[in-house]
Amino acid sequence: MSWPLFLPYLAVTAGVTYLIRMLPMTIFRREIRSRFVRSFLAYIPYAVISAMTFPNVLYSTGEWRTAVIGAAVAVLLAWRGRSLLTVALAACCAVALAQGFLLIV
Amino acid sequence: MKRDVFRKGIRHGIPIALGYLGVSFAFGIKAVSSGLTVLQAVLLSATNLTSAGQVAAVPLMVGGASLAEMALTQLTINLRYALMSLSLTRKLDGSMGTLQRMLFSFANTDEIFAVASSQPDKVGKWYLYGLMATPWIGWTLGTFLGAAAGTLLPEFIRSALGIAIYGMFLAIILPPARKQKPVRAVAALAAVLSICFRYIPGLNQVSSGFAIIICAVAAAAFGAALFPVKEESK
Repeated sequence: MSWPLFLPYLAVTAGVTYLIRMLPMTIFRREIRSRFVRSFLAYIPYAVISAMTFPNVLYSTGEWRTAVIGAAVAVLLAWRGRSLLTVALAACCAVALAQGFLLIV
Repeated sequence: MKRDVFRKGIRHGIPIALGYLGVSFAFGIKAVSSGLTVLQAVLLSATNLTSAGQVAAVPLMVGGASLAEMALTQLTINLRYALMSLSLTRKLDGSMGTLQRMLFSFANTDEIFAVASSQPDKVGKWYLYGLMATPWIGWTLGTFLGAAAGTLLPEFIRSALGIAIYGMFLAIILPPARKQKPVRAVAALAAVLSICFRYIPGLNQVSSGFAIIICAVAAAAFGAALFPVKEESK
């Protein structure tokens, strides 16, 4: 698309997204007193990640059977405390192998 | 020391970058086939660094939507980042002044947030600069490759890369969930709610950005009410 049309859109998308991320981190500097709020913020990462993972992981490869195999491998290794990179790569390899298997069968 | 911490951040960013490479590759293909030039697709990725927001932005751009609609859409989809930025303030050490926060917050994506908040101790600027560098490169480079040469990479590699991010997510939540009952409960509730928002008619009309906010807020509030964290020792 033409640049005069594109640039205002670019500025708005980048600007809005940046402000959403930047303002809360920059403005809130003092220690939070409320025990509930501190607990809430401590649990937010796990809640967000879990909500993003399920059920999206099943759609991540475009074929639910390979996704289930990849996810199972990831769960097994993650449960045993393997590193992020190990788990991520093992899941990718498992999916690639499962795809090859599905092609043969 | 400074260099070691920076390198550690870079290393922790590698699985994120790999996942981003796959996702942004797909985005690059989509953007160019929708009518953006290669350079426009790359600029969009380099300045936004957000998957859902960008995917929503492209049809609005080529469809000639108003700037207000664009801003509102981005606000809705990306509002979860406000929650993440707020949560992450607890993890920042003294080296993160206003300027450092303004710089790092640009890259506070779902995945970078997840890795940063899973660190055992507070995190400082050099770790975070390293942690934002590799994923930013992966996201921008993947967009470029997808936009310029999307059809060259075999399909099975593209789809296998798609699960990398979720493998990483599982590696972040499962070890603490195994050890701590509150984390287990919060993560399980968030997963159940998220599944409901995907499959239950009516609920599945809610946009994915809003659904994540609702699930996360409900599960974290549940955890905070039932299992308040112990006072932190300073």
